[in-house]
Amino acid sequence: MASIKLKLPQAAQNAQEPITHSDGPIVTGTSVLGIKYKDGIMVAADCLASYGSLARFRDVNRLQAFGERTIIGASGDIGDFQYVQDELEKLMIKDFCLADGHELATPHVYSYLHRLLYSRRSEMKPLWNSYVVGGVHSSSSQRFLGYVDLLGTTYQSSTIATGFGAHLAQPLLRKAVEGREDTLTEEEAVKILDDCMRVLFYRDARSLNRIRRAKVTKDGMEVTDPYSLETEWAFAEHIVGYGA
Amino acid sequence: MFRNQYDNDASTWSPQGRLHQVEYAMEAVKQGSAVVGLRSNTHAVLVALKRSPGKLASYQQKLYRVDDHIGVAISGLTSDARVLSNFMRSEAMRSKMLYDRPLPLFRLSSALVAKAQANIQEYGRRPYGVGLLYIGHDETGPHVYEFSPSANTFEYFAMAIGSRSQSARTYLERTFDAFSDAALDDLIKHGLRALRDTLQQDKQLDTLNCSVAYVGKDQAYTMVEGEDLRPFLDALDSDHSGNAAPSSSSQGPAPMETEA
Repeated sequence: MASIKLKLPQAAQNAQEPITHSDGPIVTGTSVLGIKYKDGIMVAADCLASYGSLARFRDVNRLQAFGERTIIGASGDIGDFQYVQDELEKLMIKDFCLADGHELATPHVYSYLHRLLYSRRSEMKPLWNSYVVGGVHSSSSQRFLGYVDLLGTTYQSSTIATGFGAHLAQPLLRKAVEGREDTLTEEEAVKILDDCMRVLFYRDARSLNRIRRAKVTKDGMEVTDPYSLETEWAFAEHIVGYGA
Repeated sequence: MFRNQYDNDASTWSPQGRLHQVEYAMEAVKQGSAVVGLRSNTHAVLVALKRSPGKLASYQQKLYRVDDHIGVAISGLTSDARVLSNFMRSEAMRSKMLYDRPLPLFRLSSALVAKAQANIQEYGRRPYGVGLLYIGHDETGPHVYEFSPSANTFEYFAMAIGSRSQSARTYLERTFDAFSDAALDDLIKHGLRALRDTLQQDKQLDTLNCSVAYVGKDQAYTMVEGEDLRPFLDALDSDHSGNAAPSSSSQGPAPMETEA
């Protein structure tokens, strides 16, 4: 009798609240931009990790190289990004240790990332990120630029922007890049990305003017040190009517 | 009493340092009909001799497609071959699904070996009683691999396994220098000649007892059987460089293979 009486209330207590820790991101990075240009792929992201509206960490790297010719840019939850970095690093080490002359090229890393994100969303435990994956094939010099997000949605395009950038920068990138992927010089590509990152800094309240930029070409990869974009605020004095 | 107390299971050593059950399993490979694999710098080819249990029966399939870029030929226990070829297919699918990449041949070999090794290292299990020759084309070019029940794989320029395959290997060893630059048709011809050398005196290759498959760069795995083989067999008949039974243009039904 006693044991039965104990069991019933216990079962009732075990009826848990829904799990909420996977409901949304905590510490977040904002937009990542990526474009194709003449020599390869260029991506950019700022160095900020926000905690809600607080600019919590201001020297965070959201661009990560995998192998010689693949770059990944992450927006969304920084902790989930760090987990994905660990998973991909494990994958690359396992692959390297086979030492059979086959290396994971950009499309293969992209596919793996897609499967990882899709399986997690199917478990209702999504990794709360949007990724830009870019790279150049070592022998064929073919360029790859793809997007994959927490739902496992993918697409490939010559311009990609995540987060707020998808609304503010994507139209600008398309206008500047589409149809000119094979003629844009490195200098032009840098200017396009810098200009778009500047627009984002003006309009996106979770962004920073301190950014990193990476390029991947057939000769390899270069990631810049963080640098600051020039901004102009003189016009701000004349803005009225927003409660200021 | 026991004639040999060291062959009761696959994981017991004999004092001479041998695993008898594993060696018996390798004998099973020699009971199957012969298959030949060979490659050039651009293509890989499988050629197999099919057996039929009797005049009223069909011929047992020897070649299996694993993926668009991999195919396998079997010699030995067909039922074990079914298990292994299904495994190969699922590995190939996994690679496609997870990495969007055709499975590299070396990785298929690693997976096969790991699976077969568990069978001869764990108590209460038995080795596979089948040998495989598998061909494929990946980023590192065309390949021919042999898998044996001892959980070994080797890569070859050319190889033959199965009954009376020593004659085919002799042919291949004599001629493989010419393979690397050979055209696909010539490669197939070499394969058929090697296979012809394994036949008993009164037998010959025909459209019923023969299977050919090839794969290459920008050439998906393709199997040739039945009447489609006629051009290849005719080309074989018209040359007399082989040392097998005298070729004949008459394509009557082949005498049945009676060897077990």
